[in-house]
Amino acid sequence: MKRFLGFVKKEFLHIFRDFRTLIILFGIPTAQILIFGFVVSTDIKDARVAFLDLSKDEVTQKISDKICSSGFFRRAGDLENFDEIDLVMKKGKVKAVVVFGANFGHDLISQNKATISIIADGSEPNTATLITNYMTAIVTDFNREFAGSSLSGNLLVQPEVKMFYNPEMKGHYMFVPGVITLILTLICALMTSVTITKEKEFGTMEVLLVSPLKPLQIILGKVTPYFLLSFINVIFILLLSFFVFDLPVKGSLVLLLTESMLYILMSLSFGILISAISKTIQQAIFISFLGLMLPTILLSGFIFPIENMPKAYDWVSAILPPRYFILIIKNIMIKGTGFLYVWKETLILIVMTVVFIGLSVRNFKVRLQ
Amino acid sequence: MTKNAVISVKNLVKKFGTFTANDDLNFEVYEGEIFGFLGANGAGKTTAIRILSGLSSPTSGEVIVAGYNAKKDPEKIKKNIGYMCQKFSLYGDLTIRENIMLYGGIYGMPKSLIKKRTEDLLEKLNFLDYGDRMISDLPLGLKQKLAFSVAVFHEPKIVFLDEPTGGVDPITRRQFWEMIYETADRGITVFVTTHYMDEAEYCDRISIMNEGRIVALDTPERLKKQYNAGSVEEVFVKIARPENRPHPPAPSPRREGEKPMKA
Repeated sequence: MKRFLGFVKKEFLHIFRDFRTLIILFGIPTAQILIFGFVVSTDIKDARVAFLDLSKDEVTQKISDKICSSGFFRRAGDLENFDEIDLVMKKGKVKAVVVFGANFGHDLISQNKATISIIADGSEPNTATLITNYMTAIVTDFNREFAGSSLSGNLLVQPEVKMFYNPEMKGHYMFVPGVITLILTLICALMTSVTITKEKEFGTMEVLLVSPLKPLQIILGKVTPYFLLSFINVIFILLLSFFVFDLPVKGSLVLLLTESMLYILMSLSFGILISAISKTIQQAIFISFLGLMLPTILLSGFIFPIENMPKAYDWVSAILPPRYFILIIKNIMIKGTGFLYVWKETLILIVMTVVFIGLSVRNFKVRLQ
Repeated sequence: MTKNAVISVKNLVKKFGTFTANDDLNFEVYEGEIFGFLGANGAGKTTAIRILSGLSSPTSGEVIVAGYNAKKDPEKIKKNIGYMCQKFSLYGDLTIRENIMLYGGIYGMPKSLIKKRTEDLLEKLNFLDYGDRMISDLPLGLKQKLAFSVAVFHEPKIVFLDEPTGGVDPITRRQFWEMIYETADRGITVFVTTHYMDEAEYCDRISIMNEGRIVALDTPERLKKQYNAGSVEEVFVKIARPENRPHPPAPSPRREGEKPMKA
């Protein structure tokens, strides 16, 4: 045991002496949380909108005020004719233009019907969709108020859309589970595969194997620090998302941390497997990135919904562990569900862990023969 | 002086599939002796060292190292040997003292003993001021000397040196061999492989391997006499490339497709 502890201490020294390792361990999680949280925002806030009001009456005034006071939109200017729409759009000055037809107010009161056009910048499809949705919601809202005040009794049924679990459509809800998964994959799989391959490449592994340390002790000694640091990282990310983005853990914290430990274990065993099959550090990095990092970002449902993928990608995604872990944390963090709702995913992760450990042990034995 | 065998190898055979890396090796190494283990690349030296150091298991034959059977008790062998390979084996991002503390700890030495011996060692090497320097800051020659000192730090019965002086300048090589002599005088058996034939002359006894077999084993003087050669180098060339065999023999069917072994 004393031998083992000395070995673990050495591994910590490696980590704390290497500036790059420290950055990966603590700089990247912080940066990712802040970048995904503040910059890559999927909400709209203060989007600039121009108005082309051909009617200029009391009603159009009311609607445009309502749009601009919503907090989502800001008045960027008033246009005089249709030609200007193209101009301001091309200059990128506005994200959308709202057009009120001539005699808007008059038509609405006399015929109970008037046309409003919302023109959005389709070169940014996501933003455009969000803007039109928000805009429609505001107009619908206005309709109801208007109908309620002047035309009592003749109410149309208004569909009301409400987002469950994420009522404000906050993007953070989506990316915190994703970032936790990404970070754990990065630290555990990439870093362990690199640190073990490094010993092989530098020749120190041979000396360790000849020493009284058992192969299992060597591997455990190498991964224990990463296990601890990854776990600290999970807590760190949860604290950061709680204090910076007001995102609480709805379900059981204990369950969440236990599942995280399982995922850390899975990633570590995958990292060990990578180190067992790669001869150089470059090779280990290459396999970790292509085999794990890119699929985690692209196919795990972190950014792009799995439901929208062609069937073939769905199958590829099914063999990727991150997909299941993201589901697990989303369930626990956001929906607040218990173990009964995530046991299948948990089981899949356990099986994967066992398979990876088994393959690594087999590989290690072959090498020692 | 009675000759106490610390390594005893009888009929050692190691096969990888159909390829025989070690073909019926028989030899003994005596306590306190410097034993040179020579052979061309691919002769099977590395395979033999891996078996002797408990890293690999023999296919058949009896191998006793430091009193333990290599097939049954490789872990006990590991506690009683030191090892230094051709690749530099200390950690560049740890200081000299930390490296020594690590290896001492791995071999189960008590902390107080490690500390005392570290100071003795640093004093002997004139390194007292450099103890807290990172290994990566040291020149190669010093690193190799230090790696050797670390390999015998726990006072093993036998130390295996696998081409310890590769890439080192002649002066450092000389100092290195002085350290080897000193170690052997302390009673530690030195088992060394090398490609430098002048170094082979420094050994008490040498063995020369060729194609998996030991083809010569004696003191350098007697081998030179036997092969009518002026130096070990000549002996080596005569054995590895006999004059009556100008071309290498055609490969026998069973050795086809084998991978070249790194020696």
